[in-house]
Amino acid sequence: MSSLSKLRVRLRVNGEEHEMLVPVEKTLLEVLREDMGLTGTKHGCELGECGACAVLVDGKPVLSCLALPVELEGHEIMTVEGLAAAGRMHPLQEAFADLGAAQCGYCTPGFLLAAKSLLEQSSDPTRDEIKDALAGNLCRCTGYIKIYEAVELAARRMRSGSETAPEQAVLYGR
Amino acid sequence: MMGSFSYVRAGSVKQAVAALAHDGARLHAGGTDLLGCLRDRVFDAGSVVSISGIEELGGIAALSGGSVRIGALATLAEIASHPLIRERYPVLAEAAASAASPQLRNQGTIGGNLCQRPRCWYFRGDFICTRKGGSLCYAFDGENRYHCIFGGDGCYIVHPSDAAPALVALDAQVSIAGPGGSRTIAVEDLHILPKQDIRRETSLEAGEIVTEIVVPPPRAGLRSTYRKVRERGSWDFALVSVAIAAVVAAGKVSAARVVLGGVAPKPWRSIAAEAALIGHAIDESAAMRAAAGAVEGAQPLAQNAYKVPLLRGALEEAVMSLARP
Ligand code: FES
Ligand code: FES
Repeated sequence: MSSLSKLRVRLRVNGEEHEMLVPVEKTLLEVLREDMGLTGTKHGCELGECGACAVLVDGKPVLSCLALPVELEGHEIMTVEGLAAAGRMHPLQEAFADLGAAQCGYCTPGFLLAAKSLLEQSSDPTRDEIKDALAGNLCRCTGYIKIYEAVELAARRMRSGSETAPEQAVLYGR
Repeated sequence: MMGSFSYVRAGSVKQAVAALAHDGARLHAGGTDLLGCLRDRVFDAGSVVSISGIEELGGIAALSGGSVRIGALATLAEIASHPLIRERYPVLAEAAASAASPQLRNQGTIGGNLCQRPRCWYFRGDFICTRKGGSLCYAFDGENRYHCIFGGDGCYIVHPSDAAPALVALDAQVSIAGPGGSRTIAVEDLHILPKQDIRRETSLEAGEIVTEIVVPPPRAGLRSTYRKVRERGSWDFALVSVAIAAVVAAGKVSAARVVLGGVAPKPWRSIAAEAALIGHAIDESAAMRAAAGAVEGAQPLAQNAYKVPLLRGALEEAVMSLARP
C-alpha cells in the first residue's frame, strides 16, 4: 500500500509509455491536458455530464474528468490525438469533416471516440444504436443529425474499405 | 480542482477496511460519484482508499443452486449486457442499462451505485443542509420539483439509483465487510430514511463496504420489468421509476414485488400495489388498482405534485408490459 500526495504514475497513452510525478488529486483530464500537452481532450462540465472529456480506456469510452490517472496504470488509454494513423485521419474524422458534423468542434473529440468504440463492436449500427452509444455526449451546435449521419457514412466507408462520396441528400439536405 | 488527499491502493478487503478506519478516509470503486462529490466540495477526503484492484470484488457468475453473484466492482455496463442477467432478471438489466450515460456505465460499479450520494442540488451545492450537518432542508420550501413524495422527514431527497429498486424487487441480498467482520442483509434493508439517520443514506456503519450482491434463483413464472421516466431521453436520473418482479402461475400473480424509484429517499416498496396484483390476472383493472395503491399516501411538495399522476401512469404501463411472458 502507498499513501503519498504526489505519485509516480505510469500511463500508456496512444501507444506510448509516459512516466510522471503528479499530485494524486489531479484528474486524468488535467494530466492529459496540462502535463502531457494533449489538449484535444476537452474540459467541459468536469462533473460527468457532457462527455467532452471522453477518452477510450481499453477501447471503451470513459470520462477523464472523473478518473484518477493512478487508477489507469496498466490500461491502454486513447485520446483523439491517437485516432489518426500513418499520417491519415481516421474515417470517422474524415466523415465528420466531409459532412460538417463539427461546428465549434468542442464536443467532437468525445463524439469521435464514443463512435469509434461503437464501430468496433458493430460495423453497421442502426440509427438507434448510434444514438444510444452517443447519448453521453452533448453538442450545443449541430443538433446531432449531422453527427449521426457522419457516423453512418464512416461505417459505410469502413465496411466497403473505400472512400464513398457522401450522398447529395446528406450533404445538402432533402 | 479537488482538495488534496493521500491515496491508498488496497490489495484486499481487509486492507481496505483497515485503511477506512482513518479519519476522513473515503472509498473509491469506480470513482464517478466520489470525484464528483470531492470536486463539488460536498465533502473532503483526507485519504482515498481504492478498492478497484481487488479482483475478488469483481465479476458476475452463477452460483450452484441457481443464484447469481454480482461482485461489488461489476460495472453497470457489465450488468446491463451480461447474458445471465438479461435472461433471468430483465428488471435488473433494464435498470442498469437505463442508468447514467454509456461512459458512466463503463466506470460506475454496482456497489457505488447502491452507495451513491443524493443528487439534491442543495446537497450538491453550497448549502449546509441538514444532511451535511446544518439545520435546514432547503428543498422543503425551495426548488423541489425533483424531490420526494414519500418518506421525507426533515430531508426530501430521492434515492438516485436505478439498480436499487430492481434489486429490491428481486429480493437480492448484499454482503458487507467491516471492522466487525462480514454480514449479509437484504438490499431492501440497505437504504434508510431521513428519520432513521439524516446524515446517511445506507445502514452501512463507519468502515463498512459492500462486497457482493446475490440475486436469488428466478422462480418459475417470474416476469420482471423496469420502467423509468426521465426528463431527457438521452440520459438522466429518474423522475419516477417502477421495478416489478411478479410470479405468474396458472394465469394469476402468485407473488409480486413492486418497488418505486425517484419518489422517496430510499427504494420505496409499495405493499398496496403488490396486494392489488397478487391473486389476480395481469390485466388493465389490476394495473389500475395497483397504480392507485402505489400513490396512496403520497405527500407532494409545492413543485412535485406532477410525480403522482406520472407514477400512476408508469406503474400501469409497467404492469401491462408483464401481461405476456
Ligand atoms: S468534462 Fe467530463 S463529462 Fe463534462
Ligand atoms: S460542434 Fe459545438 S458543441 Fe458540438
